[in-house]
Order: sequence, then C-alpha cells, then structure tokens
Amino acid sequence: MATLHATVETSVASAKKRSWYKRNEIAATPWLFLIPGILVFAVYVIFPIFQSVWISFHEWDGLGEKTWVGMANYERLLTDDQKFEVSFWNNIRWLFLYLLAIPAGLFIALFLNQTVRGIRIYKSMFFFPFVLSQVVVGLVFSWFYLPREGLLNAILAFFGMEPVNILGDPDLATYGIIAAGLWPQTAYCMILYLTGLNAVDPEQIEAGRLDGAKGWKMLWYVVLPQLKPATFIAFVVTIIGALRSFDLISVMTNGGPFGSTRVLSFYMFEESLSEFGFRMGYGASIAVVLFFIMLFFITYFLWSMWRDEKRAR
Amino acid sequence: MKVSAKAAIKASVLGLASLGLMTSTAMADLTGDLRIISDMSNPAPRAVMEGLAEDFGALHPDLNVELEIVDREAWKTQIRNALSANPPDVVNWYAANRMLPFVNAGLFMDISDWWDAGDFDGLGAVKGAMTIDDRQWGVPYTYYQWGVYYREDIFNELGLSEPATFEEEIANCQVILDSGRKCYTIGTKFLWTAGGWFDYLNMRTNGFEHHMQLARGELSWTEDPGIRQTFENWRTLIDMGAFIDDHQSYSWQEALPFFTDGEATAYLMGNFAVAAMRDSGLGDDQIDFYQFPLIDASKPQSEDAPTDTFHVASGAQNVEAAREFLKFVTSADVQTRINSGTGLGQLPINANASVDNDEFLNQGFEMLTTNAQGGVAQFFDRDFPAEMASVGMEGLQEFMVFPDNLEDILQRMESARGRVYN
Repeated sequence: MATLHATVETSVASAKKRSWYKRNEIAATPWLFLIPGILVFAVYVIFPIFQSVWISFHEWDGLGEKTWVGMANYERLLTDDQKFEVSFWNNIRWLFLYLLAIPAGLFIALFLNQTVRGIRIYKSMFFFPFVLSQVVVGLVFSWFYLPREGLLNAILAFFGMEPVNILGDPDLATYGIIAAGLWPQTAYCMILYLTGLNAVDPEQIEAGRLDGAKGWKMLWYVVLPQLKPATFIAFVVTIIGALRSFDLISVMTNGGPFGSTRVLSFYMFEESLSEFGFRMGYGASIAVVLFFIMLFFITYFLWSMWRDEKRAR
Repeated sequence: MKVSAKAAIKASVLGLASLGLMTSTAMADLTGDLRIISDMSNPAPRAVMEGLAEDFGALHPDLNVELEIVDREAWKTQIRNALSANPPDVVNWYAANRMLPFVNAGLFMDISDWWDAGDFDGLGAVKGAMTIDDRQWGVPYTYYQWGVYYREDIFNELGLSEPATFEEEIANCQVILDSGRKCYTIGTKFLWTAGGWFDYLNMRTNGFEHHMQLARGELSWTEDPGIRQTFENWRTLIDMGAFIDDHQSYSWQEALPFFTDGEATAYLMGNFAVAAMRDSGLGDDQIDFYQFPLIDASKPQSEDAPTDTFHVASGAQNVEAAREFLKFVTSADVQTRINSGTGLGQLPINANASVDNDEFLNQGFEMLTTNAQGGVAQFFDRDFPAEMASVGMEGLQEFMVFPDNLEDILQRMESARGRVYN
C-alpha cells in the first residue's frame, strides 16, 4: 500500500517535471504541423466563402456603403434573369460534353500503351496541348475558327461546303469553345490513364486471355475495373475543369455573341469585376449558387472516396 | 503600410534636399511629392505623360513628381483600389457618367472652387462633361471627334461625293454595294463600336436632348416612338447588307483590314483610327472624313467626342501641387503641344490652344466648334450608366446580327432600365 502510494507520487512528480508539450506530444504534433495549412486555408478559402455569402445579401458597388437587400439578389437571379439562365444551361452543356475527354483520353492512352520505337515522342506530342496555357489554346482555336481566313473554313471549302462562323453563331459558339477545351483536357485524361495502365496486373490479363476474353470484353471486364482509380481522378478533374471554364470563354468570345457563351463563372466575373461591373452583391450571389453546384459534386466525390477507403480497410 | 513608410522616408530625404536647394533658388513655391497615376500607357501617350511630368518638375524644382503609368485597360478596374488605399494626388479617368461611382463614393475631390476662381480659362465648352450635381470633379486634357472615315480613292472611282443627308448616304451605299463592296466595316466583338452607330443614328433621328434623356433613363425603350424610328433607320442599312458579314467575331482592329483592302469603303470611328489606317499603308489621299449625315434636318447636329480627364483624389496629400498641375495641363500652350500630331494627335480642350496642322484634326475641330450645335456627347458607354451600357451594347450587337429580335432586345433593355435608374 505504502509503496504503491509512493510510486504514484513519484510518477505525478515526474509528470509535473515534464513540459506540457512532452506530455501531449503524440496528440499535439500533427496539429502543429497542420496549423500553417489550416490558417492559410481558413483565411483564403473558408473566410471568403462566408464573406461572399454575406455580401450576396447586399447591394454594393465595392466602394461605398453596403445596403442590405436580403434575398433580393437571389430572387432576381432565380426568377427573371435571362443571363443567368443562359449561363446555367451553358454550364450544363460544359459538364456533359467535357466528360467526352475521359473516353477520348482512355482510347488514346490504350493506343499509345505499346512498346514501339520512339513511343515517348508520340506520347509527349499527345500530351503537348495540356502544357499550353489555356489562353494560347483559346487563341489558336479562335484563329482556327475565323470566318474567312480560318483553317476550318479552308477545309470546309475544300470539300465544297458552306463556310461557318462558329464563334459568331449564338447556337454554335459554346460548342466551339467546348471543343477547344477538350483538346487539352483529353491530353490530361490520357496521362492519367497511361499511368493507370502501368499498374494493370499482367497476370490478370494472362488469366483473362486463358479464359478466352479479348477485345472489348477484355477491356470492359479486365482492364477497366483495374483503371478505376484513374477514372475517378479523371472524373474529378474534368468536372471541376468544366465548372471553372473561364479563360477560354474570355479569350475566344468574351461571353458573346450577345452573351450566348457565358457560364456562371464568367457571368460572376462580369457582374462584379469587369469594366461595366462592380455590382458586388449580385456577383456574390452568382458565386454562391456556383459554390453550391460545385459543393454537390465535391461532396459526392469526397463521400465516394471515403466509402472506398473504408472498404479497403 | 510599407509604401507609406517608404514615401515618408523619401519625403524626409527630399525635404532635406529641398532645404539645401531653397538657399540657391528663389522659385521654391511647391514642395513635397506630387504623386500621379496615369493610364496613358500606349507608346505615344506615355511619352506625352512622361514629358508632362518632367516639364512640370522642371518648373517647380523643389517638387518631386512621382509618375506611375498603369496599363490603360487594367486601370479601369485598378482605379478603385488606387483611390481607396493610400490615394495618389492626381489620376486619369473619363468624363461624364464614368465619374459617377467615384463622385458618389467621395473619392474625387470637388474642384468647383478652382473652376470658379478662373484656373481653367478657355475650358468653358467642356465644363459640362465634368459636371455632376452642378459641381466640377476634374479637368479634361484631350478629346477626339467621331465620324465617318472613308476611302477617298474608291469614292472617286465610283464618282461619289460626301453625303449630307441620310438619303444620299443610302444612295451612295447602293452604288458601293453594286460595285461588289460593303459600305461599312465594323467589329462588334467588344460591343462598343455598335454603341457608336446607335449614338449617331439616335442623335440624328431624335436630336441631342432625346438622346440624353434616354441616357438618364427618362425614356422607355419599348414605348418611345423615336427609338423605334432609330432602329428602323438602322435596319434600312442592315437589310441592304451595308455592314460587313461576321462583324460579331472581330475587334475594331481586326475589322480594319476590310477598310485597307478596299472591301468596305467607310468606317464610323473615333479619330484614333487614323493612326492605324496610316500605319497599314493608306496615304492621306486615300482616306478622308465626313460628318455623319443628317437624318432629320430639323435636329441640329450633335457629335460624340469622348473626353479623357485628370482628377484630384479626395485623399490627396499635396493639393496645392495638384491644383497647379491641373492648371498646367489645361493651359493653352501645353494643350497645343500635347495634342499635336507628334503627341496625342487629338484635339486640345482649351479654346485658346491651336490645333495641329493635320487634315483630320482640322476637320474634326471645325466640325465640333461650328457644326455641333445640338451638343457634344461623350459616348454610349460613358453617357449611360455602366449596367445600362453593358446590357444595351449587347442588345445593339444582337440587333445588328438578328434585326428580327428587336422586340425581345428592347424588352431586355427596358427591364434593365427599370433596375438601373432607381
């Protein structure tokens, strides 16, 4: 009894001698390392999100006093704003058509996944558009589409077809820009799949072959399931890329002709920061809507990642 | 914070330096720093601005003139930050409605007293463009005319003369179309060029006062019969095929080759286009200028003449020096010099200044002084409030491509009007 008491006393005494940090080292260290990241994330991401939401309830020109208008910005946005409607549907077009980059990237990757002399050169040539800045891609494509001098119309004329002015036609312009965006995005997906293909287990391919699988069946039942991580990442970057589409629109059409190629991010910029903008409240409310659309996808991705990890455990 | 500390150190160093100079020079009127932020970033204007700062500094040896030149397009959004945090003394901007946000936010200094004190003699004609709520908020330093620049050689070849009325304009245009050319080149990708056409057609059809009422939001886009008439007149030209095809895909510079190649014979533009035309190889015998023709003879002609300006920030540190600088910039001889062909190549705003001997500047000056009795407007995107201007110009571009959408376009502009002016 007495000895037990003594040992407790000494351990308490030695604990007192050790510093707080020493005592909580295991629990505290990860947080210490996380603090810089958390701080930066809070200041530059979390705080601005709440700030945007706050601004979206006001009318504000960015200079003077903010006037509280409640839900008025959202009311106008969701009930009678043609520009918002056009931008929203363009976003949907981007979302779906941009996904074409994934199968396109997959097939190029399958095509390039062979050992031929100089394959690295071919691979890097296919990857090249992704290295280019979006602004350059936009410029190149807008020259390609030029109504008179453009290469596209030269090709059409060669086959005896009527010239088209893709970027000048409100019904076609968005598709023209998406096509330009697909060029670098396909390259990106291709690289993701190329690295994924390196990890495909040759033994499973062998086994599949012994069981008589080939061609499409081999691809669908043996190769693709093993590429699932690559597909997942390709989905994430493509969907986020589609929602962020801004540079191409700004360079190629500046939102025109008559606003037919606007997307939410461009409209948000136009309302709040462009030459004729500085309606901060309204711009912020567009930002909030865009944020919730993105949040929907991000939540889904995070959830499916979490589920996969749990299953792996 | 960092900047102001630096400025403070600089100021104290300069203070010491000027103390030393004070003993040697008697003309030690202005001291300290004069900070100017200018948007004159294109090569020729930049040289002019640097020259102005240098000359003003030479006049006032104890004054340290700090000049910062910002890209002209970037300045349109940067000015807000520049004026709110650690403001400079003098900045560049534009006249009329473009001043409004800064006037309302109290960022431009009210300099009506200086105008009343006679600082700016000879600027009476342009005072209106600097006035909001009966107060003056800055001074102009240059302006330029708009009008129809045309291919003189092609007009001669077809036996055409400068039209004075809209009927003659249309008759000319028919001849030009029959010769396999287009009448007008235009690039509406960035929208404002369409605003120029609307300004002229509306001012000629309905007169200056009507146009300004429209800009102030006092007229309905859908109800007013005058506006319909304007679009009707415009449509006459569009239906003839007077404008080049696919103009919605070009900037104004990209539309210029149609003019230089002779595929289109005229360009409704500001005088700044002349430099580009000359650069592309056209001689002065190939280009000429005429005032936009009359549509309703009872409406005196009015013109677009966009004015660029200097303002004093309300947070200016060295107000005395800023005042002297504005006086210096607007004085007759400085005006003559900076607006000459070797400088800005535009029109001086001081009535006592002389215009450089340039075919186009002379015609423009003549037109604006004697033949613009209706009034002088700034430009669509400067006279109309920002949001109205952006919705409006988008509609005007759409009208030029799909004139049948007029009803829908006017509805949109009317709903913007209901929102913007209240």
